[in-house]
Amino acid sequence: MHKVTNIVLGGLGGQGVLTASDILADAVFRAGFDVKKSELHGMSQRGGSVSSDVRYGAKVFSPMVPAGEADYLLVLEPTQVEVNRPVLKADGVLIAPDVIPLDKLKNKKSFNVAMLGALSALLDIPEAAWLDAIHARLAAKLHRLNDEAFALGRAAARDRFHPT
Amino acid sequence: MSTEPQLLNGDEAVALAALHAGVALGTGYPGTPSTEILEYLDHIGGRAQWSPNEKVALEVGIGVAFAGGRALVTMKHVGLNVAADPFFTATYTDVDGGLVVVSADDPGMASSQNEQDNRHYARAAVAPMLEPCDSQEAYDYTLLAFELSERWKIPVILRLTTRVCHSKTLVRPRAEVAPPPAPGFRRDVPARVMIPAFAKPAHLRLRAKMVEIAAWNEAQGPNRVVAGDKDLGIVSSGIAAVHAQEAAPEASHLILGMSYPLPIETIRRFAAGVERLMVVEEGDPVLLESLRAAGIPVEGKPEMYRFGELNVNRVRRILAGDTSPEPVPPKGKPPELCQGCSHRDVFEVLRDMDCIVSGDIGCYTLGVLPPFSAMDTCVCMGASIGVGLGLRHSLPDEQAKRVVSVIGDSTFVHSGITGLAEMVYNPPKTGHVVIILDNGTTAMTGLQEHPGTGRSLNHDPTGKIHFEALGKAMGIQNVLSLERFADGHRLESVLRELLDKPETSLVVVRQPCVLAAPKIRIYERAALEKMSHACAAMPAD
Repeated sequence: MHKVTNIVLGGLGGQGVLTASDILADAVFRAGFDVKKSELHGMSQRGGSVSSDVRYGAKVFSPMVPAGEADYLLVLEPTQVEVNRPVLKADGVLIAPDVIPLDKLKNKKSFNVAMLGALSALLDIPEAAWLDAIHARLAAKLHRLNDEAFALGRAAARDRFHPT
Repeated sequence: MSTEPQLLNGDEAVALAALHAGVALGTGYPGTPSTEILEYLDHIGGRAQWSPNEKVALEVGIGVAFAGGRALVTMKHVGLNVAADPFFTATYTDVDGGLVVVSADDPGMASSQNEQDNRHYARAAVAPMLEPCDSQEAYDYTLLAFELSERWKIPVILRLTTRVCHSKTLVRPRAEVAPPPAPGFRRDVPARVMIPAFAKPAHLRLRAKMVEIAAWNEAQGPNRVVAGDKDLGIVSSGIAAVHAQEAAPEASHLILGMSYPLPIETIRRFAAGVERLMVVEEGDPVLLESLRAAGIPVEGKPEMYRFGELNVNRVRRILAGDTSPEPVPPKGKPPELCQGCSHRDVFEVLRDMDCIVSGDIGCYTLGVLPPFSAMDTCVCMGASIGVGLGLRHSLPDEQAKRVVSVIGDSTFVHSGITGLAEMVYNPPKTGHVVIILDNGTTAMTGLQEHPGTGRSLNHDPTGKIHFEALGKAMGIQNVLSLERFADGHRLESVLRELLDKPETSLVVVRQPCVLAAPKIRIYERAALEKMSHACAAMPAD
């Protein structure tokens, strides 16, 4: 079968996990991939653990990332790392929230987009697709703030992970 | 119409198709995972409205379809229980406009009180059922459902599940969709007035329709074979189909888009071409039993996979016949009432007073969890009142006097009003106390309006039901309202006084939901502005 890239985003309700996965799915869609994204809404969102699966490649079947098959796990809240770890495959990459230098983040509400910036450093998706997806999802007055947060995360992950 | 692909979730795809089909009206009641269908239909310019409950929503939909308009009626799986009464007879009638009923099932109970499998409804009510596996099929099958509904004048069920509703996948809309019929009244008494004299032939007609639809499904139904190895053939429908294709890419697959009435001969031919045939289905063994009843040798899943959602790993285990214990994922943080939530204080009082709390469906069901641990029953929408009355009727007096029914505002309008009628009509000898937790919104499903908010689905002002006036008009002896911030400290003394009286009482505790309050202020401001513009535009006498 064709290679499918599996990404799981985890955090707590209210952190913007679902907004981040919307942007991620849209960015890979703009980059020309087949994409599926799945999550749960409703009672599970009331302040509890939230996670969202995004899968992309030439052809995706199930919208859910099978346990143990995530290539990347992006976690927005330290307490949620262990909760989500079983989704990660043996050589999968964990992107934990400490990758973002919080002192340089202007507004903590854009933390989710900063984390996407970190993920973007590891994926082969054009930067323009990311920025277009961010701008399509967020109000115009928030664009500059989030562009900066995205750039911050992208640079931080390059320092941390040294992607080739 | 643009055929450019869009990334939509299943709910949005249904709404887009309904818009393209020229739907006259979308009706429904909010319920995870179906809620976004009508919200998105309104958002993209269609006409959509929330009804007080699913029964009324379906009845309105039947009327729209009798008038020749296309109607989309949306609900979660348990909503179809509420709408079952009109549904089971609507199938006997002839509709002119297409009537599509969306049942959004929640296997695994992400946000529901049970995981009933609504495929049983298709057979029980005798209605064709379509089951998309992704957003593209959700779009395509919505259009197909309208087409079939009009061709055979029958309501059609579009069955979605959580992972179809809330997964985003690519949708390529159609360039052209057949325009809707023009509404107009056509009198057809034998086909629409279900007295026994007309219903008897109507039942015969319905069965004849199903024979025709089954033949259509065999010849040109939305079922597809994905050819593969001959040693394993898998029959599936809905979301299970994509899990199965991923879990067994080498196998032959028969994916059923229309799961009722089944294309049994198509399945039989597929079965004949493979050495081993398996059904992969989420929930109950509905397909399995139908195939076995038709004499097709087929294997199903071990009983343990009846429970919860399927996923790729579980399907791999099913195919391998693996019944060893499944790995248990680490427990996440459970949901909780928001900080500042207006329900918190009420449950603290109920806990501290050691009340027996008959609860209901909504955010406030979280009152069952620590630190409140203040709920003793929760069954279905509206049950708090009837169950509370039943507890009062049978418990010894000292316990009966501690029973309180707690119900949210939207749930109260949905199915609490008849509970009040019961309380007035058959009052327990110790009396009873019903508390409406009025937070001014349908919070759990994502802040939808309802008839008690005075705003319609798109948040424009409309008629409003006043709970206290309703309670008084129904003859409840004590009707009180408390504004939580102003009177919150009084709740305990008020409750003590009422619990001590052998009388019927209704207490409305009012405080907007913390998540909804900023939005409500915006809606109210917009309504005022609209009104002042309208006044300014009025001609002076």
